[in-house]
Amino acid sequence: MSDLVADLLAGKHSALARVITKIENRSPGYREIVSDLHEHTGSADVIGVTGSPGAGKSTLVDKVAAAYRDRGLTVGVIAIDPSSPFSGGAVLGDRVRMASNAGDMDVFFRSMSARGSLGGLSTATTDAVTALDAFGKDKIIVETVGAGQNEVDIVRTADTVAVLVPPGSGDDVQMLKAGILEIGDVFVVNKADLDGADRTVQQLREMLQGRDGRPDTGHHGATDLGGDATALEANGDGEAETWDPPIVETVANRSEGVDAFIDAIADHGDFLDRTGRRERQTRERYASEIRTLLREDANDLLADELARRGGIERYVDDVMERHTDPYTVVDEVLEPLRECVDERNDG
Amino acid sequence: MSVEQEQAERTIRCLVAKVGLDGHDRGAHVIARALRDAGFEVIYSGLHRAPEEVVQAAVQEDVDVVGISILSGAHNTLVPKILDGLKEYDAFDDRLILVGGIVPDDDKDELRDLGVDEIFGPGASMEEMIDFIHDNAPER
Repeated sequence: MSDLVADLLAGKHSALARVITKIENRSPGYREIVSDLHEHTGSADVIGVTGSPGAGKSTLVDKVAAAYRDRGLTVGVIAIDPSSPFSGGAVLGDRVRMASNAGDMDVFFRSMSARGSLGGLSTATTDAVTALDAFGKDKIIVETVGAGQNEVDIVRTADTVAVLVPPGSGDDVQMLKAGILEIGDVFVVNKADLDGADRTVQQLREMLQGRDGRPDTGHHGATDLGGDATALEANGDGEAETWDPPIVETVANRSEGVDAFIDAIADHGDFLDRTGRRERQTRERYASEIRTLLREDANDLLADELARRGGIERYVDDVMERHTDPYTVVDEVLEPLRECVDERNDG
Repeated sequence: MSVEQEQAERTIRCLVAKVGLDGHDRGAHVIARALRDAGFEVIYSGLHRAPEEVVQAAVQEDVDVVGISILSGAHNTLVPKILDGLKEYDAFDDRLILVGGIVPDDDKDELRDLGVDEIFGPGASMEEMIDFIHDNAPER
């Protein structure tokens, strides 16, 4: 175990910060660090917060973190902001909103940028959550702008996903239909003191009722709908409980509705435990993590192999000249790998 | 990916911090933007930060550069508090500490003695500062 890992486990803040830096940069040795940390994880609740820019995510996260602190819990926050695809630079401004936890080291707030060139932001986020979990944080909040598949993947790493919707944004709600609406476990209409908040709540409610074709009557849903996936998965008493995402109204900058929001998150946590869904969710998450890592590493392996063979351009030239075609090239490059795997399986 | 490549591609992270009772943030905004355009990741603190908050941000964000903007004249009080806090959390040695703003010549040596790496006053150019960061960013 490296000194850095030992320092992190001993509760040294600068070691935690440096580990996350190594994860972000994919510095040499970061894999060993994350591997060493894994056995110390599993105790934190992970909450994802997403929503359109200006919805009030950072402000709400700040208040939620402060409320958890009042309850004697420690908090880690990862806030993800976009970076410029041109210069690679970024201004990470979420910290500006963290006024309620000023100087409180037990709220560990870290800004990350969506560095385009390195890719794999969801991997980096997962690893950073691992570091915070191993450090001993009770609650970990991952905050990101909900736009695009990348962000959806990121919040999926959370146990509970909260989606923020600002009022008076009928079109925004429309936009949310694609992708985000499906993943929300708790919906928050923030800035609920503004005109149009009631209407937004109403629109959301209507949309959620149609979601996934779930029965909109059941809190403890009657489950004679054989086609319902959750009903099939449930065993034991034969009654599958479905989750109706609650809609919470908040005015984050005045701390209104924060307790209700926290209660909604806790309710969802209870639901996950009660139905055994937390374990299933965790298993799925690890499965997808393994798949992602396999894909990335296999990619790197093949990139090296391509470079050894003189780079991809040579093959492109041949394809352009109609001497060969992309499928044949792939077969050719993969052949040694395939042979090796076959050999091992035979032996 | 080789080690050399990674070092070259390593993204430098800078904290731009406004500390104390000082509402003049135009300069800090301009600098945050210039650093962003130079390809750095910039964490902006917001106005009226206490020294402990600047320390908290510098430690947690694991920045390479701590840029402190002070135009209020309170640098002799506030900067040492920040430096002490960084030392307390073992986050002083491998960090570049820059001060920007109005610092009289008489105070500059004292700040340097305390551990400030460079002081940029009125008239300093962006290129100057960006070059200084590139040349002096800590090896990690």
